[in-house]
Amino acid sequence: MGGLGLREVWRFAARGITANRMRSSLTVLGVLIGVSSVIVLTAVGNGSALAVKQGIEKLGTNSILVMSSGGAGRFSRSSNSNAKGLTIADAKALNDPATAPDVKMAAPILNASGTCTYGNLSSTPQNITGTWASYFEASNSPIDKGYYWSNDDVVAGRPVVIIGTTVATDLFGTDSPLNEVIRCKGQSVTVVGVMKSKGSTGGFQDADSIVIAPITFVQRSMSGYGSLSQIQVEATNASTTTAAMDEVTTIMSAQHKIKAGANADYRVLNQASILASSTTSSHTLTVLLAAIAAISLLVGGIGITNIMLVSVTERTREIGIRKAIGAPKSAILTQFLIEAMLLSLMGGISGVALGVGISHFTVLGVKPVVSLTSVLLAFIVSALVGLIFGGWPANRAASLRPIEALRYE
Amino acid sequence: MSQFAPPVVKIEGITKVFGQGETAVHALRGVSLEIEQGEFVAIMGASGSGKTTLMNILGCLDIPTEGDYWIRNLNVADLDEEQLSVVRSQLIGFVFQSFNLIPRTSAAQNVELPLAYQGVSLSERRKRALAALESVGLGDRGRHEPQELSGGQQQRVAIARALVTNPAMVLADEPTGALDTQSTKEILELLHKINAMGSTVIVITHEEEVARAARRMIRLRDGQVVEDTKWVA
Repeated sequence: MGGLGLREVWRFAARGITANRMRSSLTVLGVLIGVSSVIVLTAVGNGSALAVKQGIEKLGTNSILVMSSGGAGRFSRSSNSNAKGLTIADAKALNDPATAPDVKMAAPILNASGTCTYGNLSSTPQNITGTWASYFEASNSPIDKGYYWSNDDVVAGRPVVIIGTTVATDLFGTDSPLNEVIRCKGQSVTVVGVMKSKGSTGGFQDADSIVIAPITFVQRSMSGYGSLSQIQVEATNASTTTAAMDEVTTIMSAQHKIKAGANADYRVLNQASILASSTTSSHTLTVLLAAIAAISLLVGGIGITNIMLVSVTERTREIGIRKAIGAPKSAILTQFLIEAMLLSLMGGISGVALGVGISHFTVLGVKPVVSLTSVLLAFIVSALVGLIFGGWPANRAASLRPIEALRYE
Repeated sequence: MSQFAPPVVKIEGITKVFGQGETAVHALRGVSLEIEQGEFVAIMGASGSGKTTLMNILGCLDIPTEGDYWIRNLNVADLDEEQLSVVRSQLIGFVFQSFNLIPRTSAAQNVELPLAYQGVSLSERRKRALAALESVGLGDRGRHEPQELSGGQQQRVAIARALVTNPAMVLADEPTGALDTQSTKEILELLHKINAMGSTVIVITHEEEVARAARRMIRLRDGQVVEDTKWVA
């Protein structure tokens, strides 16, 4: 465009845009909605992915879970006659530092179900869990009030419990439950501690609806001496989790006399595998949301094409004049492209502002996490939208024959 | 005005046909002309005589169906679109009946525009645009937009815009067609003045009064030259 200069280009574009303000602002609005929805929806996708990830991480990244594969917990025997349930002996074997150097600790878990009452209030926890004191560390369960019961309590089978916040609220409201005696499954137990709330993990499970008691007490008074529900194992740190899983598998196969290659009657899971599958599904969600948003950006782009076609038609005569006084094709093309890009950038900038603004609020129960990439991408794409969708009308304008353009009324 | 300079315009056997077959209209039927540097030519003819078609071809806005056209030794048929835009920019200045200024753009910016398309720097552009406006007597109207000027003033801005690039010829298509008697007189004086300064001026008109201002009159009828008279003013 030679010495056409910014001022002239700017003036041309500004004249086109201000010629019909309502029309221009509606076009800008189209791009604005597209760009802001790209930002907000990807932020919502990212936010929900992060929430799921954090929920899983709360369970502990070093955690390994050993479960019976013949059916869940105490029902395993009935569903698979060859399968041997998990036992206290298995849990003890996993705590051997000689054969399992990467295992920090392993705790048996025996879940019972039942209702707890205090006075005329009641609460039905998702699990009444019997375990060892080491479980608290293995399961990443910090305590809020009171104290953990100890291994002495396990040995003696004392009726002491730690309760989750949901149970505490159900039975005591805002009062302190410490040292109060409640009845669980008909047994009188003393509350010695309240766990910190774990919050929702994104699933249907309420991690705070739990009562934890010494396993010896649960066996004696509630569930009997059947097989365990699962064994909670903690690796020494995140990087040794894989090694620890191998050690657990070796020990468990020895314990259950599983021959190499035969189907095991237990499963070893860890958070990483759960995390991986949930990350995949939340990534899919993000892509899906981004795709929806991209469509609305496309619609915004078509709006630009439409308005530029109108602008070209309205200015046909002017194009003719410009060509007659020596405007080369490139100058006309540039001027219309700048006009289209200005429109789309106005939409892009305000769309980024709106999108980032909306993302400060909780959307659909998710705290959105704005990624810089999506902001930059949306912005660049909005500029490109002007270039691509404005390109065709601009080229049409530039290719007009001067004589025809001049005759246009 | 050297006798050895090539003619500004040389056309040979130009025809122009619009449409095809039975509906074909022969706007020009073999027109040959030479116009020398510094001439003041009026091309006359009734409506439908082909004079506007001839003007469009001379201005490189349209291409002839047949025949050759040289501007200063440049064969127009050999030029591509980009080169034609350079020819229009550097060799031709247009003045239209309906002024054809760019709306909502100041007089000075209108006059600067052809220079901008040539790539002249902003400061140089300003200087030359002001000089051109002063030469048409509108040195103080540079900031005004077309709708703030009278018809005669708008046409003077258009003449300034045509002059500012120092073209080989100024092509004026019915330049006084939309003006009152007083403005017509002013515009004709202006065309005289710029011709006296050395520019070739070609005026298309159907008004005898305008033609009398020129020093050569070419009359077209039914797409052919029927009269070509030169006189000394």
